[in-house]
Amino acid sequence: MANRPNLFKAGKHLLIIACGLLMLYPVMWLLASSFKPNNLIFASSGLWPKTFTLDNYVNGWKGLQGITFSRFFLNSAVISVLSVIGNILTCSLAAYAFARLEFRFKSVLFACMLVTIMLPYHVLLIPQYIIFSKLDWINTYLPLIVPKWLAHDSFFILLMIQFIRGIPRELDESATIDGCGSGQLYFRIIIPLLVPALITTAIFTFIWTWDDFFSQMIYLSEIKLFTVQLGIRSLYDPSGDSDWGALLAMSVLSLVPIMTIFLLFQKHFLEGIATTGLK
Amino acid sequence: MKMAHRSAFRHGGGTAYLFLLPWLIGFFGLTLGPMLGSLYLSLTKYNLLNAPRWLGLANYRQIFTADDYFYRSLAVTFKYVLFSVPLKMIFALLVALALNKGIRLLGIYRTVYYIPSLLGGSVAIAIVWRQIFAGDGLVNHFLGLFGIEGPAWISHPSYILSTIVTLSVWQFGSAMVIFLAGIKQIPADLYEASQVDGANKLRQFFKITLPMLSPVIFFNLVMGIINSFQVFTPGYVIGDGRGGPVNSTLFYTLYLYLKGFSFFDMGYAAALAWIMLIIIGGFTSIVFVTSKFWVFYGDGREGK
Repeated sequence: MANRPNLFKAGKHLLIIACGLLMLYPVMWLLASSFKPNNLIFASSGLWPKTFTLDNYVNGWKGLQGITFSRFFLNSAVISVLSVIGNILTCSLAAYAFARLEFRFKSVLFACMLVTIMLPYHVLLIPQYIIFSKLDWINTYLPLIVPKWLAHDSFFILLMIQFIRGIPRELDESATIDGCGSGQLYFRIIIPLLVPALITTAIFTFIWTWDDFFSQMIYLSEIKLFTVQLGIRSLYDPSGDSDWGALLAMSVLSLVPIMTIFLLFQKHFLEGIATTGLK
Repeated sequence: MKMAHRSAFRHGGGTAYLFLLPWLIGFFGLTLGPMLGSLYLSLTKYNLLNAPRWLGLANYRQIFTADDYFYRSLAVTFKYVLFSVPLKMIFALLVALALNKGIRLLGIYRTVYYIPSLLGGSVAIAIVWRQIFAGDGLVNHFLGLFGIEGPAWISHPSYILSTIVTLSVWQFGSAMVIFLAGIKQIPADLYEASQVDGANKLRQFFKITLPMLSPVIFFNLVMGIINSFQVFTPGYVIGDGRGGPVNSTLFYTLYLYLKGFSFFDMGYAAALAWIMLIIIGGFTSIVFVTSKFWVFYGDGREGK
């Protein structure tokens, strides 16, 4: 009789674990298949590779037309890191102004900022593309990076505004009495206290930029400029004749940076989602 | 005089505008300007090389009266939103409820269920998805164990959309994390009081949990609708990138992309974008307007 709740609990745990394994199965399949020789990948649905090989990684890394995946990874890293820095800097500047400073048209501009959060990307796509092509920015990284340096992801501005509002104003006031101007206030008081929100912004900007496929595809067509996502997409031929081993191996590697960041910042990550509703 | 001028400058917020400068440039140069530009372009024929040629409302007339692909892509997108958004929320809520109640190992479970949301948007996972749903792929192997002969999920136009929906539902983790946080906020004494009154679990769920979670459901619903209307990568990678087989993966965004960047009919694509904005805006406002009937901002929260 006393065992029944325990039994129930164990059953529940078993069910949760089974569902969890099912959820992770596609990822595990990807990982396992990347170590199988090409002719065995689709031969069995078993996970464990009967013959273990690293050939796929070697072949895949060769990339396309003489340009290796080291180049693609480097490109993705450059774009992502520059985007992160841009977002952190310009979004926090704007957030500080909205949260702490008084200026004309503040409420109008604030409302505009809120509206842009919900604006679908595709509405801006065509005219932005035209602007960037007139500026001769096609096949450069500028269309991907410059918007981040202009605080274009207003979602993060809102996130930081809410965070700054939680910082007691007494700190600002005493710093002002000590002679700090708003510039010093921003660097010495706000930025150090804003670090948790900045980390959240950095993590999500990195992941979204790394995973971004659509705008990279539109703006980049030269292979030497390709990112990891574009590299993988080019290895893959929907009509069927892909080098599947190489494709899956590179797919695994493409997910490594994101997984690493997630595991490093896990706690921060999940709390960030819970409190802000980030994806 | 000079002093007065300076203080007026301060009150106008000269320094504030310095802080805002990057955002202001971005707002006028990358958002407001382009929006007006796209409104103008939608009334023209423009291929990026020649100057735009004024058409008036001809693009819109063409779209609504003579463009089967428009209705086709709208139908595909609606079907996707209609299935993926509610299914994802239901899964997220059920799993969040199961993981709640101070269960042991919650941290690990939460991580495991969140990982698909983390990885799901990538090209890599879309490719894996296509492969495990292929005619001789894992899913059909699995169904075969139970003697079920699965269809050709990818190559058959009636089934491919459902594989794309499953890919989206598979990523219920982020919504689940938000639900978990919401459930944690519900005061335990509500449940205790109702237990004293003799309410069973089911009644508690409908009378306490669901109403208390309604603001979170509202948030997830709005974001879910906005995001799923804009879905591109899964349809592009799991389908053949041109909407096939038989236009069954012709998502609205894909059609817009093809019009703009394959046919270089930028004016037409801009018109499609404006229609998309109005549709998304319409759906979002419906949710907002109806929210006062079903979203419960409880006194329990403010009153405590």
